[in-house]
Amino acid sequence: MDVSNTHLLDEAVVTTTIDAVVDWGREASLWPFVFGTACCAIEFMSTAASRYDISRFGAEVLRFSPRHADLLIVAGTVSYKQAPILKQIYDQMPEPKWVIAVGACASTGGFYDNYTTLQGIDEIIPVDIYVAGCPPRPEAILDSVMDIQKQLKHEEKFAVRNTDFKGKLDDI
Amino acid sequence: MISNIITLQASQLFETIKHDKEELGFTFLLDITATDNLAKTHPSSNRFELIYILRHREFLETHIYKVFLEEEEIQSISSLYESADWAEREVYDQYGINFLGHSMLKRLLNHNEFDGHPLRKDYEITQGQLCTTSQDLMDEMRPLLKEKKLDMNKDDLMVINLGPSHPASHGTIRTLAALDGEKIVAAACEIGYLHRGFEKSCENHNYNQIIPYTDRLNYCSALMNNIAFAKTVEDMLDITLPDRGIFIRVMLSELSRIIDHLVCLSAGLLDMGAQTNYWYLFNPRNDAYDFLSKLTGARLTNSFMRIGGMTHDLYDGWQSDLEDVLTKIDFGVTESLKMIQTNRIYNDRLTDISPVSAESAMSYGFTGPNLRASGVPYDLRFTEPHYFYDTFDFNMVVGSVGDTYDRMMVRFDEINESMKIIKQAISRLPGGDVNVSDKSIIMPSKSCVYGGIEGMMNQFKLVVDGVKVPKGEHYGAFEAANGELGFYIVSDGSGTPYKVKVRAPSFYHIAAYPQLIENYQVADAILTLGSLNIIAGEMDR
Repeated sequence: MDVSNTHLLDEAVVTTTIDAVVDWGREASLWPFVFGTACCAIEFMSTAASRYDISRFGAEVLRFSPRHADLLIVAGTVSYKQAPILKQIYDQMPEPKWVIAVGACASTGGFYDNYTTLQGIDEIIPVDIYVAGCPPRPEAILDSVMDIQKQLKHEEKFAVRNTDFKGKLDDI
Repeated sequence: MISNIITLQASQLFETIKHDKEELGFTFLLDITATDNLAKTHPSSNRFELIYILRHREFLETHIYKVFLEEEEIQSISSLYESADWAEREVYDQYGINFLGHSMLKRLLNHNEFDGHPLRKDYEITQGQLCTTSQDLMDEMRPLLKEKKLDMNKDDLMVINLGPSHPASHGTIRTLAALDGEKIVAAACEIGYLHRGFEKSCENHNYNQIIPYTDRLNYCSALMNNIAFAKTVEDMLDITLPDRGIFIRVMLSELSRIIDHLVCLSAGLLDMGAQTNYWYLFNPRNDAYDFLSKLTGARLTNSFMRIGGMTHDLYDGWQSDLEDVLTKIDFGVTESLKMIQTNRIYNDRLTDISPVSAESAMSYGFTGPNLRASGVPYDLRFTEPHYFYDTFDFNMVVGSVGDTYDRMMVRFDEINESMKIIKQAISRLPGGDVNVSDKSIIMPSKSCVYGGIEGMMNQFKLVVDGVKVPKGEHYGAFEAANGELGFYIVSDGSGTPYKVKVRAPSFYHIAAYPQLIENYQVADAILTLGSLNIIAGEMDR
């Protein structure tokens, strides 16, 4: 290498911290797994379609294997029958992973306060962002993705998250 | 108007229904349900009664039979109708009635660790039960393989799960398929993952409070469910809307039908890789939702209808908005059709896949576009004309062999027919009120509520007690986007229904699905599911 040319590298090399690079990469390439069960999943389809276009936020690579995903979007009602499946899918996702509860049912059970509906998915798995609405408008779902992007910047980069979480299906 | 119900002895039931089917031509079993009389003010000596709803093959006559049960068991009719299989399983699951002679009487909607029967009146509504593991479904698969003289090891079969969490399982359907190479040789379906307790919730809310729950039955055409429920209750009250209200309902239900078909077709085409069609069909749907949110305040779950009318009249400038939406839908459908009509991939992948003959479609309990695709000309808008449907100029779209191709193309054509109806309704829309004027049914205006004691009392009574529906039982059916959406309502005279049973078209479509996909490949099964348009909300309720 010709030493006299090193000054040219000033324009090609940027020095930064490893954390900033990881943040930059994660923020712009969230890979969502859509656990769509009900009405909210239909609104998620709108979010992914061209009008609202989730790819503007770098989150359009919808993975349908939990092993490829780092963002779990739970869109729709989760019943007690569905709960062990949700838990299994969450457990299969590699760290770091984030969870969005889309809509009233996923957040709290909504107006299905009855014998069959789980009263919020946070009884089973940890949730990062709750989105209000029944179903939320696509803009609200996009907003929650942006919230995750903001949130992940303030987290420890290489730690396993939510180690102290204990859900109802964890003790069994 | 109360339905005409014939009471039978439990011992007569099987023979009567057999006679109806074989001699009188009632080849169509619409629904089976039960009522728990425990909470009635004057309970009869029999706690449970069963209700069977049959329809004639010419679709002009309906028989409703009621059986008072001495004991909690009765002979199964699953040998007569394919559709009785799952209908009886649901009654067993929800009410704990045993059907003697049923080949696979196990839970359908509730999970396998569930204890008790939730629709019994002594089951507390909020008493949830945690489920720790899913069942493996092999108890259903083994008899199927035995019946076909197949062996897992000798025939080198592989058993795979399709769903419940899979993009092509349209929500929450689980199919266990035994594969010989790529070919499905046997399949079993499990539903209930989206069972949300609609019917139990209805027993705990008054009639107008149920409207938002009906939105979430078939959430792709929420308004239509509103209308179907409101119409059934209005029939029980024996009231008719003013003409303007009816025309608005016709326009909105046809627009919902279009939206429902657009979702079905775009998702079905996306499943086979035709992503461009997804954009073309989904974008006009968004335009339709813009119109609906302007009108009702919500995109998807509108809750616009009320018993006796709707929340308010159309807004200023609705006509140009709606016409604009129709133009865009027409454009999307035309462009999409251009891409697939003569497309060899599309035609080869859909033609002759999972055909359903007219006879078996009826035995399965198919209705709506899926039944018409099989060549059966049955549409409640024609056979039981209501809401001036007989005065509109439109055609019934009928297929020929009932394969996946027919099921999809019938929907494409129905979009065009629905647009015709909307255009005629726009030009014929009369003036006047949209709601009935009866103060015991319709909420007073806000100015009356805040401006006078009478209005305030009316509002208070309607909110607290609900609309009082005369005592009786009624089955009301409506041609929804997916087929015959029926509500069987039992009223005890109060503002809260004693029982509501939904006859959901998707429930019967999915019951047939495992048999339809046999001998076809996995990739075909995905398209068949898409073309049946299973909506989990109404299937599982």
